[in-house]
Amino acid sequence: MKIIVGVSLVPDSTTKVKIGADNKSIDENGVSYILNPYDEFAVEEALQLKEKNGGEVIAVSYGTDKAKEAIKKAFQMGAEKGVLIKAPSAEFDTYTAAKNLADYIKGQNPDLILFGKTSIDFDGLSVPAMVAEMIDYPCINVVVKLDINGNEITAEREIEGGKEIVVSNLPAVIGTQKGINNPRYPNLKSIMASKSKPIEEAAPTYNGNKYDVVEMKLPAAKAAGKIFSNGAADAAEVVRLLREEAKVI
Amino acid sequence: MSNKILAFVESKDGKFKNSAFEVVSEAKKLAGELGCEFDVLTIGSGVDSEAENLGAYGASKVLVVDLNELNGKSKFAGTQYSHPAFAKVIAETAVKQGANIILISGTGLGKEIAPRVAIKTDSAFCQDCVALHAEGGNIIATKPVYAGKSLINLKFNGDKVLITLRPNVFKPVKSGDAKASVEKLDTGSLNLTDKDFSSAVKEVVVSSEKLDVAEADIIVSGGRGLRGPENFNLVENLAGVLGAATGASRAVVDAGWRPHGEQVGQTGKTVSPSLYIAIGISGAIQHLAGMSSSKCIVAINKDKDAPIFQIADYGMVGDAFEIVPAFTDELKKVLGS
Ligand SMILES: Cc1cc2nc3c(=O)[nH]c(=O)nc-3n(C[C@H](O)[C@H](O)[C@H](O)COP(=O)(O)OP(=O)(O)OC[C@H]3O[C@@H](n4cnc5c(N)ncnc54)[C@H](O)[C@@H]3O)c2cc1C
Ligand SMILES: Nc1ncnc2c1ncn2[C@@H]1O[C@H](COP(=O)(O)O)[C@@H](O)[C@H]1O
Repeated sequence: MKIIVGVSLVPDSTTKVKIGADNKSIDENGVSYILNPYDEFAVEEALQLKEKNGGEVIAVSYGTDKAKEAIKKAFQMGAEKGVLIKAPSAEFDTYTAAKNLADYIKGQNPDLILFGKTSIDFDGLSVPAMVAEMIDYPCINVVVKLDINGNEITAEREIEGGKEIVVSNLPAVIGTQKGINNPRYPNLKSIMASKSKPIEEAAPTYNGNKYDVVEMKLPAAKAAGKIFSNGAADAAEVVRLLREEAKVI
Repeated sequence: MSNKILAFVESKDGKFKNSAFEVVSEAKKLAGELGCEFDVLTIGSGVDSEAENLGAYGASKVLVVDLNELNGKSKFAGTQYSHPAFAKVIAETAVKQGANIILISGTGLGKEIAPRVAIKTDSAFCQDCVALHAEGGNIIATKPVYAGKSLINLKFNGDKVLITLRPNVFKPVKSGDAKASVEKLDTGSLNLTDKDFSSAVKEVVVSSEKLDVAEADIIVSGGRGLRGPENFNLVENLAGVLGAATGASRAVVDAGWRPHGEQVGQTGKTVSPSLYIAIGISGAIQHLAGMSSSKCIVAINKDKDAPIFQIADYGMVGDAFEIVPAFTDELKKVLGS
């Protein structure tokens, strides 16, 4: 099985967001970057499938040199090949990322393409289905359980209030959601082995955004709340406020 | 060029979802700001009479594609619906109606099909928009990023735009009791091929009879402060009195006390109910990411410095094992149940 995994580098989820001087992006000072948490599920799923069916796992990222960190993490987990499609700048939208990934993947004819369900920076929730549409593959995103039997796929995807059981065929694109597996921690051996793996570089095929960010702002600050400290004795008053002041019950 | 909007709304078993009224109302508002017309599209069966009623929200024409007829073209036996086929229907209809702006509700279904529609129609795309307006003929969409820790305003290049609207954020607005005209679209005219059915939903499993956090107007969530799964009856009783859904922090989901479907937060669900009650939850940034846009937040926590109090409208400092039963009793009194 030839499996391509899309990986992206994102600010750590504990990052305190400060708006940058351009008023359009975050201030990167002091921000640490990690492999997008959902992509860990994608890498893990790819490795498990390879361990079962044989084949290879190729981690691909579209981004600047910095994105190599995401590929390195995939190496540490056990991916054998890594490719960076070099973005001319860090300012690209989901369409541009999807287009460059699709153009690269087209020539590769993989059996399976795994992505995380969303990248936690821009919460695009778009790249998997966009790539699938561009290369004419089926796509199932937000997948919590994946069964592959020959070329038949049965997947469970999470929706509000339950799950959809979706059927499809390989080759396909799958986006992974928490619950599908437990990503492995790299061990010392795999970390050492990853150091000698080279990252291949590919030229971008498309540059040009479909939207521009005109402003980034913080959510409106909330007025200070009312805090009560007499325990159960305050219950009646809070219930009254919910009814008469907040009018939510 | 002149604009035209197509609003895609979801129906199930002959009824529209709440999100449908939100999307139609927003399409009406945007059409007013842009000085253009809008059509509504739905895929369903037995939905015609309900479709007429969308007139009350300002729709003048509702296009209906018959779901059974559409499913008849699927290569998979037992197809209930197919995401790529829905995407094809929306894209083809937009082209036919000359619509350059497409609005779709950002439900689980909407978010799955929208990226495909964006590529098929070559539209600029914004997923999960929370505010929308026109400025000098341009659409400006607001979208939360970094798990809701900041918001961006987007301006689109080109005149083709597709936007999904986060459910529960836009207000449905009834503008009268007019009836919309309903027009059936023949699936034969939509250029569907086998390729458009590259995947199919065979079954929808409802996780439990319980209300899901993602759809609830009131949520009562519990965290590690409840000490063990056996104490979640406190949460459930309170939720029962309020007709609320039960939610949970990741700590208690990871510990196996509560099902994953209840997890609120960055790796769980994003919710914006009118009332969110957090019990024994510290308010870690990843939890806040999923619920900070709730309209009213009540926090019950014994630590007065817990971060949850910083975003609470009403905070009760103290032991949940004392406060929650008293609170539940007081609610029973005023709600009479
Ligand atoms: C990548 C990543 C993603 C994450 N995603 C999520 C997510 O989606 N959702 C999420 O919730 N978390 C998420 N987390 C975890 C998050 O950081 C916290 O660890 C988690 O939210 C803590 O859960 P908690 O508030 O229940 O537990 P704790 O932080 O342990 O808080 C328990 C609280 O209970 C209070 N308490 C104790 N006893 C009592 C009592 N008797 N009465 C009243 N109060 C009491 C304590 O004062 C404390 O504030 C994520 C973390 C990471 C790294
Ligand atoms: N620049 C990128 N390079 C490689 N993969 C990406 C990139 N951006 C997004 N992805 C993949 O697409 C998934 C969804 O991202 P998004 O649609 O941007 O939220 C991520 O979890 C990644 O697997």
